[in-house]
Amino acid sequence: MKNIAQIVCEHPFFHGLDGEFCDLVCGCARNVRFNPGEYLFHEGGDADYLYLVRYGQVALEIAVPGKPSVRFQTLHDGDLVGVSWILPPYHWAYDARAITLTRAIAMDAHCLRKKCDDDPVLGYDVMKRLLPILTSRLHATQMQILDVYGTPEQPE
Amino acid sequence: MVPEPVRVLRKQQELETTWTLELEPGGAGGRPFLPGQFNMLYIFGVGEVPISLSGDAGLTETLIHTVRAVGPVSNKLAALKPMDTVGLRGPFGIGWPMTAGEGADLLIVAGGLGLAPLRPAIYHVLRHRERYGRVILLYGTRSPDDILYAGQLEEWSKRPDVEVHITVDHAGGDWPGKIGVVPSLVPALDFDPEDTVAMVCGPEIMMRFTVNALRDAGVEDESIYLSMERNMKCALGHCGHCQFGSTFVCKDGPVLSFNRLRGLLSLKEF
Repeated sequence: MKNIAQIVCEHPFFHGLDGEFCDLVCGCARNVRFNPGEYLFHEGGDADYLYLVRYGQVALEIAVPGKPSVRFQTLHDGDLVGVSWILPPYHWAYDARAITLTRAIAMDAHCLRKKCDDDPVLGYDVMKRLLPILTSRLHATQMQILDVYGTPEQPE
Repeated sequence: MVPEPVRVLRKQQELETTWTLELEPGGAGGRPFLPGQFNMLYIFGVGEVPISLSGDAGLTETLIHTVRAVGPVSNKLAALKPMDTVGLRGPFGIGWPMTAGEGADLLIVAGGLGLAPLRPAIYHVLRHRERYGRVILLYGTRSPDDILYAGQLEEWSKRPDVEVHITVDHAGGDWPGKIGVVPSLVPALDFDPEDTVAMVCGPEIMMRFTVNALRDAGVEDESIYLSMERNMKCALGHCGHCQFGSTFVCKDGPVLSFNRLRGLLSLKEF
């Protein structure tokens, strides 16, 4: 059976992380599981964790007054759920709900932030891993906002 | 240049504003076409528009076009009934690289109605399955209600020799599938970029993001093919309406290698 250090450092988000750093961040990690329909977190709540999905499917949702929630992204094996843990004042910007049985690593955000603050080399490494994820989600959001399938680009 | 009058044989609604028309092929020897080519469809007294062929090139009894009603001509096309007459010119253009893709893995990426011009390529691949390596189809659209050819996608996804991944931009809680834009499916794929030919069709912004994802994954520029949509009028490379840099989309395309498009796609002048 794998220990938590192996699980954390084999996850795509931390894959290739320096061994010493890996030991350091593992101190913030624990295994969690969510049943289908169970929420990982709710909009406005304290962003006390980030979740590294080991396997399963998680939907990100926005509540719409008087209507069912709208899902705007699903995350899967190897993905990271939640980026608000790094952005003050550390509140979730949306809901996250497990669609299927989801196993993940929950990283204590206070713990990880402190370790990143204490060791800027680790902090920089974590930021370099986080930035491509943020950028790709920004691009995805741009495409969604543009509603590229909604209107024709060429007049007849 | 003169449209030939042909009859509508059948018509099927696909989505809220999208219909598939089955036309008699006309012409003395039928009207053979290659996957990726298009016809000019003419509504007498209204106008003419380029519409991709979306049927099986191996079946010559009918010509199939999927039309989205967005303007005066396409609205009239969508309103046609069986036995009505429409003007037809074609087929025109350079299609998908079906021969160049032989022996390679194929990554087919479609967005929205962009699945229609790719469907003949998929039919061709399935008809000659032994000529190709892995076949991966990525399809993205706006919502679950906007999935084109949903039944056919489901059939293809059941085949052991085709990998189908569908995603939608947003959905309600009853959608069990993936949510997100189609380019975001690329990084999660386990494929060999050096041995992959990619065929991409959809709204141009979607294609630009998809090309970026493919290039980031290591697919070579010359192995990425896009079907460009431009304002084709004469379809013969004479009028210049569809000129894109030094390329006439109607004559040199609509399917073009990214090698020819690099540097042009993001220019607002084109």
